[in-house]
Amino acid sequence: MSDNKTFTLDSKVIEFQDGDTIMDAALRAGAYIPHLCHNPEFEPHGSCRVCIVGVNGRRVSACTQPVTEGLQVDSNSAAINEERRALLQMLFVEGNHVCPACEKSGACQLQAVAYYAGMLEPHFTHFFPRRSVDASHADIAIDFNRCILCELCVRASRDMDGKNVFSIAGRGVGSHLVVNSPTGKLVDSDFSASDKAAQVCPVGAILHKHRGYDRPIGERLYDRQPISVVGDVAAQDDKDHG
Amino acid sequence: MDPVEHISDFIEQLTAADGNGPEQLLQHLCHIQQRYSFIPGEAVDLLSARLSVPASTIKGVIGFYAFLHDKARGDFDILFSDSITDHMLGSRELVHSLCRRLGVELGVPRADGRVTVDLTSCTGMCDQGPAMLVNGIAVTGLDQARIETIGGLIDSGTRSEQWPGEFFRVSDNIQRRDLMLDSTISEGSALRALLNGDSDKMLDELDRSALRGRGGAGFKTATKWGFCRAAPGQQRYVVCNADEGEPGTFKDRILLNSYADEVFEGMTLCAGVIGASQGYLYLRGEYRYLLEPLHNVLQRRRQAGLLGRNILGRDGFDFDITIHLGAGAYICGEESSLIESLEGKRGIPRKRPPFPVTSGFQNQPTVVNNVETFVAAAQIAAYGADWFRAVGTAQSTGTKLLSISGDCTRPGIYEYPFGVSIAEVLQDCGGGDAQAVQVAGAAGSTLPPGDFDRIIAFEDVATGGSFMVFNQQRDMLDAVQNFAHFFAHESCGFCTPCRVGGTLLKDLVDKVHAGRGTEYDLQQMREIGGLMRLASHCGLGTTAPNPVLDTLDKFPAIYRSRLCDSGYEPAFDLDAALQAARQISGRDRSSAPGETDT
Repeated sequence: MSDNKTFTLDSKVIEFQDGDTIMDAALRAGAYIPHLCHNPEFEPHGSCRVCIVGVNGRRVSACTQPVTEGLQVDSNSAAINEERRALLQMLFVEGNHVCPACEKSGACQLQAVAYYAGMLEPHFTHFFPRRSVDASHADIAIDFNRCILCELCVRASRDMDGKNVFSIAGRGVGSHLVVNSPTGKLVDSDFSASDKAAQVCPVGAILHKHRGYDRPIGERLYDRQPISVVGDVAAQDDKDHG
Repeated sequence: MDPVEHISDFIEQLTAADGNGPEQLLQHLCHIQQRYSFIPGEAVDLLSARLSVPASTIKGVIGFYAFLHDKARGDFDILFSDSITDHMLGSRELVHSLCRRLGVELGVPRADGRVTVDLTSCTGMCDQGPAMLVNGIAVTGLDQARIETIGGLIDSGTRSEQWPGEFFRVSDNIQRRDLMLDSTISEGSALRALLNGDSDKMLDELDRSALRGRGGAGFKTATKWGFCRAAPGQQRYVVCNADEGEPGTFKDRILLNSYADEVFEGMTLCAGVIGASQGYLYLRGEYRYLLEPLHNVLQRRRQAGLLGRNILGRDGFDFDITIHLGAGAYICGEESSLIESLEGKRGIPRKRPPFPVTSGFQNQPTVVNNVETFVAAAQIAAYGADWFRAVGTAQSTGTKLLSISGDCTRPGIYEYPFGVSIAEVLQDCGGGDAQAVQVAGAAGSTLPPGDFDRIIAFEDVATGGSFMVFNQQRDMLDAVQNFAHFFAHESCGFCTPCRVGGTLLKDLVDKVHAGRGTEYDLQQMREIGGLMRLASHCGLGTTAPNPVLDTLDKFPAIYRSRLCDSGYEPAFDLDAALQAARQISGRDRSSAPGETDT
């Protein structure tokens, strides 16, 4: 133990390996730092900013920041949790997230992180964007209202499936997920329900058809225990289907 | 108009001339946009096949850059500069006047497909505005008479190339010269200084000069070049950031117009020091009119043996420079976004580390410096570190170019030794009636008269060069509103706080500006702005709330004078929303249930 390099996350001393980010080391040690766009199977992205932590008086995203020996990292402080709550509220008002009407409710990472961070209301003025649903594909539906632009499907399709089914178009608040097909519809792409990109959505944007509510409310992923104990949606899906 | 060849032939020509690499995507799109006034769907499919880039990725690039369109803009694509300084010169009245004259709605192509009139972020002509771009080329000094003439030229279908030459005149407008602008170097003298010694000596000299990056961040140039030279890589690159998009900045325009040799000499010097054989000048799309003159300078330098193979006869000193055009994205002034854009992609800032000096263009060690920095480096090589550090302050050696615009009698370019006070600058430019100065652009700071004794220097008021003056008659909330809209428009959309926070902030400023804001809204602005500053992914997001946060502290009256008495007001205006329904039903507000006033 004494030979290994360590840093401190809040008051917990954690070992790390060369090349680790703060998130890598924390995940390996079972220490939870809230996150949405990060999935350890993919290159870190750093866009949702929910994993911000305090390092040397600055905020950095834990998923992209390399660890150094003896680093003091603040994560579970009142100030940082409040900042995370505001970031989550921003994600909620930017899209149309109607939890009671969403099939993913109870097994949604956005919802679970929001509960974990103590978010009780959306707080900011809703944007109410007009976004569509793409139900053209036989096995998968995409509800763009719920997309949080984490780009996990973009990364999975590009880096693992080798298909480049998804891209981000637009700029600023007009940024949005698009499907790479002549019509822009999923059915006209070479997407398949067995693609990695179909398994990584942390919210209810990419949904598998024909198995709605196969697990009842009350028995869902985050119904009994918080996300800090249960872990990510994608990791759970791997256990279920992998 | 010339008969337009088939799009496939045009793309054939483009790829034959510039290649099939995916990094050429943005440049090809710029050419297609310029030729056809939009990117036809067929062009997307053809490029997708030729460059092996997914069609959705190409559409993503088109959607990212403000100057690229997927629908035809027509024979005349007109973009009015929408900077606050253009507003102050009456640009909005001129925009509406031209729209009326042409019978067009702002931002919507006219039904006959001839013309589109729209707005764009600051075009860098603030000292000779109001300004616009016609088919990408800058038009300055707009007034009502010029707008009338332009309306007539468009009606008669006169190609913009045949419009009166004086419309396109852009003057350097240098009002004060100091060390840099007074000291042109003879061609090749900086490179000869390098070849007379070695790159270690040159780095020492640069280090001794204490030159710091002129973009505003102030990183030491010798350190940056030294890091890049030491970083492992197959290739090294020199990139000149000529994407000056900060509202109110136009000093690079002058350097690129009249000191291009010094710019290229500085880049070549850097190449010699770090061991690069390829350089890029990233030219903002708004300066397209400079493209041809710059190509001519490059060609002359190649013929003079100052670029190309074996520069100045030195075996193995090979370096050349390619100019890449931007396409209307402020974020590309951020160095890692600029590199993404150079690679033909959407200009999303990279995560750091790694920094460009170790992993930049094509993931190779890359130096990215500001135009002014390269000029200073070339002059230091030619005249020595002592010459340079004789002026300025201990921590900020040399001089700084300021782009001065707004309420002053003599706008233009002013060069001062670092350490000059705001008050002295105001006196020189005829801005004695200032209630505020916005230094370093929209992302900079708003200084009230109490701060006018502060100095321009990295250790006090740091700036890339923008200096906008606001007189006592101005409503500073107009400026705040303009900046808030600018940042919401220019956010790349990658990270949550900037993408969502920027729009929330803009909406709140609008609400206060409309007289519907409350104390609660001001508190919200502080919270949102504070979070953007702390948590954003890049410098755009962290500085975007500056104008709001700064003025909340230093100019509270501009907000307070507009607040409603109530503790809370909805952003939603019920009366406005009901107006159409009331018109149709023939009822007015007085007949509404529960309404007591008349």
